[in-house]
Amino acid sequence: MGSPPGEPRRIGYLYLLPALLVYGLFLLYPLGRAVHLSLFEWDGISLGKFVGLGNYLEILQDKGLRASFGHALVLIVFYSALPVVIGLALASVLHRAKVRGLGLFRTIIFLPQVVAMVVVAVAWRQIYSPDGLLNDVLRAVGLNGRGWLGDYAFALPAVGVIGTWFETGLVTVLLLAGMARIPRERFEAARLDGANAFREFFAVTLPAVRGEIAVAVTLTVIAALRTFDLVYITTSGGPGTSTSVPSYEVYHRAFELGQVGSAAAIGVCLTVLIFGITFGVNRLADR
Amino acid sequence: MRTSKAERFGNYLLLLVFAVFALTPIVSILVAAVAPDKHLGNFVDAWEIGHFGSYLRMSVLVSVTVVVTSVVLSILSGYAFGTMRFRGSGVLFYLFLVGIMMPTEAIVVPLYFDLRTLGLTDTYWAIALPQVAQSVAFGTFWMRAYFRGSNRSLVEAARLDGAGHWRTLWQVLVPPARPALVTLIVLVFMWTWNEFLIPLVMVTSESLRTAPLGLAFFSGQYTSGFTLLAAGAVIVGTPVVLVYAFLQRHFIAGMLEGAVRE
Repeated sequence: MGSPPGEPRRIGYLYLLPALLVYGLFLLYPLGRAVHLSLFEWDGISLGKFVGLGNYLEILQDKGLRASFGHALVLIVFYSALPVVIGLALASVLHRAKVRGLGLFRTIIFLPQVVAMVVVAVAWRQIYSPDGLLNDVLRAVGLNGRGWLGDYAFALPAVGVIGTWFETGLVTVLLLAGMARIPRERFEAARLDGANAFREFFAVTLPAVRGEIAVAVTLTVIAALRTFDLVYITTSGGPGTSTSVPSYEVYHRAFELGQVGSAAAIGVCLTVLIFGITFGVNRLADR
Repeated sequence: MRTSKAERFGNYLLLLVFAVFALTPIVSILVAAVAPDKHLGNFVDAWEIGHFGSYLRMSVLVSVTVVVTSVVLSILSGYAFGTMRFRGSGVLFYLFLVGIMMPTEAIVVPLYFDLRTLGLTDTYWAIALPQVAQSVAFGTFWMRAYFRGSNRSLVEAARLDGAGHWRTLWQVLVPPARPALVTLIVLVFMWTWNEFLIPLVMVTSESLRTAPLGLAFFSGQYTSGFTLLAAGAVIVGTPVVLVYAFLQRHFIAGMLEGAVRE
């Protein structure tokens, strides 16, 4: 393959032009402007004041902002680590089992990925509410319920569980697709060598789906870092600031507090973080 | 591979537990929407009291614009990247890749203030155009991969028959690209329909609210009882779920292959 078919054609620029125009005006230029804005202290109305890297220093020093990045780390555990572990277990069992109805199951557990996050948030807010489904179940087995999303200790994990709920299906389907590509002889060879299910998993399955795990980790970590709609609707960062995350801080600062420069700086940091994670994880997987 | 009865039972139990976990929130909202006494009347109420008719219309308008514009632009740019050689094509392509990874959070702040300066905030364009730009980034990547892998001899045969590059694209390359295009259309539709941050920031008029945005406001204002809110949520969520149900094979493959974007 190598080079694309077709002789050199300068006409290519013409085909590119419309896409590049929209893309440049509404994505690349704003990205540059975000970096520019992040160097100012600006309330969105009056004249801005140049502060250099001040807004970035603030991210390192401000306790509340540092905490919001810490919350994002907690969400990564729920959005990424848990779904990958559950997905690996689920997919490897299902891959070996050859069960009926696997297609339907795949369709069902993938479903949370396609439902609008606002709808997801509304549904889960009801489940977590003091008279919601979760407390009903807990009371039925004799335990005490609580207002999960209004609880300082439980609000962040409660938001995290929603992440586990919608990412597990994506990860499982991704891993199932990867496992389907493993040649059967490799499992048979492992069997002949006397491997049990666990040995087989670590020796055959896990190495073969390294690429899929990398994609799953990249996607879910990015999703965790971009938890805006869910937080906005379930908790608005509360109670207190216990569920505030960087993407929520971007919105909160720019459009509610009038700290536009600081919001832009957080946005730039998120972008750098996402680029770094994407390259880092893919590097690791390629090795 | 033989499996014991106990193992088979265990497998089905596992499937069941996770299927229930995945479905519970969705089913609970469906049940709440048709209960208790008014059943389907709740949807009528939500439609009227919650203005969901107007929100849906806006969402359809925005989604159609974004899907049509970005798919056409992506076909053109993907064709250029996939079949032609020109100076700087490598660098330009990497530029598009940046847009795939870019979080909306980073651009929404400068976009709002620059569009406000131009007097474009609180218009339909402020919702649609940024999303066209995001979708074009992914679409270019997607269509380039397709056109690169497409049959080269077909292109050469068309050229021998005297077809120009424009006709080669639309009459030779695009028709067999239907599966790839369907996936792209469905993905862009889903992303656009479900987008929340851009409409939230760009629009203040109620008449310009998209369905998810309308639902968010409705859930903030209408607090007496969950029934109407649930009905509204079902109205907002259903279009994409229907598309998913019909095209789920494409959809899942597309989500997985388009893994890079979100």
